[in-house]
Amino acid sequence: MQAIDYVAPNSVDEAVSALAAGGASARPLGGGTDLIAQLQEGRSDLDTIVDVKRIPELTAISIGGDGLTLGAAASCHSINNNQAIRDGYPALIDSTHLIGGTQIQGRASLGGNLCNSSPAADSIPNLIAHSVICHIAGPNGRRTVAVEDFCTAPGRNVLGNGEFLVALEFPVPPANFGAAYLRFIPRNEMDIAVVGAGSSVVLSDDGQTIESARVSLGAVAPTPLFVQEAGDALAGQPVSEETLARAAELAKDAARPISDMRGTIPQRKHLSAVLTQRTLRIAIDRARGTKTVDELGRLNGHG
Amino acid sequence: MAKKIAVETTINGEETIFLCEPRQTLLEALRDNLGLIGSKEGCGNGNCGACNVLLDGVLVNSCLVLSPEIEGRDVVTIEGIAVDGELHPLQQKFLEHASLQCGICTPGFIVSAKALLDENPDPSEHDARLWLAGNLCRCTGYDKIVRAVLDVAEGDA
Repeated sequence: MQAIDYVAPNSVDEAVSALAAGGASARPLGGGTDLIAQLQEGRSDLDTIVDVKRIPELTAISIGGDGLTLGAAASCHSINNNQAIRDGYPALIDSTHLIGGTQIQGRASLGGNLCNSSPAADSIPNLIAHSVICHIAGPNGRRTVAVEDFCTAPGRNVLGNGEFLVALEFPVPPANFGAAYLRFIPRNEMDIAVVGAGSSVVLSDDGQTIESARVSLGAVAPTPLFVQEAGDALAGQPVSEETLARAAELAKDAARPISDMRGTIPQRKHLSAVLTQRTLRIAIDRARGTKTVDELGRLNGHG
Repeated sequence: MAKKIAVETTINGEETIFLCEPRQTLLEALRDNLGLIGSKEGCGNGNCGACNVLLDGVLVNSCLVLSPEIEGRDVVTIEGIAVDGELHPLQQKFLEHASLQCGICTPGFIVSAKALLDENPDPSEHDARLWLAGNLCRCTGYDKIVRAVLDVAEGDA
């Protein structure tokens, strides 16, 4: 079994140096629920692990007038138990409550879920719906990338050699904003999405018109999909089932899934429309202030 | 072979120093280096929950933690659940409800259930089943386990 080196830097700069020293076979360690499993199964050729959880910025959760900033390694458990997030960004809990079981949530982070870059990742469509900005550090300093541009292929992303994800920035939600994430799985919990959908809307003050919207799908393409045309079609439209059905059809058209052990192409196309429409309905209810995170938990089988 | 690392930590309330290889998991260190063999390896990849421990009070799979990560932190294993030789109420109720057959999953279930009751002393049956969804048992069909956990919760109330 291949030996590895373990380092736990205390600052972003030290982590950048450690990753640079380790070269292409150095990897940052967050919650480890993907990385350590890959290491144990011999699916990873890494020889240096840079544990980033001793860097305060990487596990910090700050929420206030500037929006929400989640350290890339902040655990799902710490998000689930954060009342300010539950109140201000209830849709986020839709994802953090269903990534793995309780003990996986004790370690797994949204940053790690993003960096693992699975097409079926349960947080990424949700992050896209929330217009998240990824803060990246590396040998050439810091840069930001819109989350919908982060993943480039299954298991691949824009991070270059020596770069790592530092934080996820959620802009302050506009007034009358609501979002939701749903996935379809054939069991009640502990499964990988056949299809996932994340949507958000901004409504007019009277709650009757959709001013803007974002729609995203998971597990229907090599990367999580940002379906901009579905959001564009909703902008300026009245809240109605017809409007939502039109966006759902556009999401279905955008989906380009494969058939595999989890589902077929026709099933995934169908689910893309159904889940888009359902998440939009929930996002609208939340924007109107009529649906709580706990009610949605029940919709997801998690109440 | 990589250079060994000395890890200083607290395990079941006792300050402990042990040597490990950097890639050794916490589960491997507990069982192979420290002789704490109550935590079981079922799958070794985070699916079964048999190795669950509390890390700073948070439920985690010890097979998905690297030993050096626990430097300066607080670990509670199944061996730390009973206090002063007295069974924890969860252990007692698992016996009374016959919530085990082969017993491999039991340490993980008890640690998970303790974490549940620490966070939510009055769980519904749905809460308990959802919380324990990451613990697999091939003997009991889960029902007796859930009943034992709910019995403890009611006893506390």
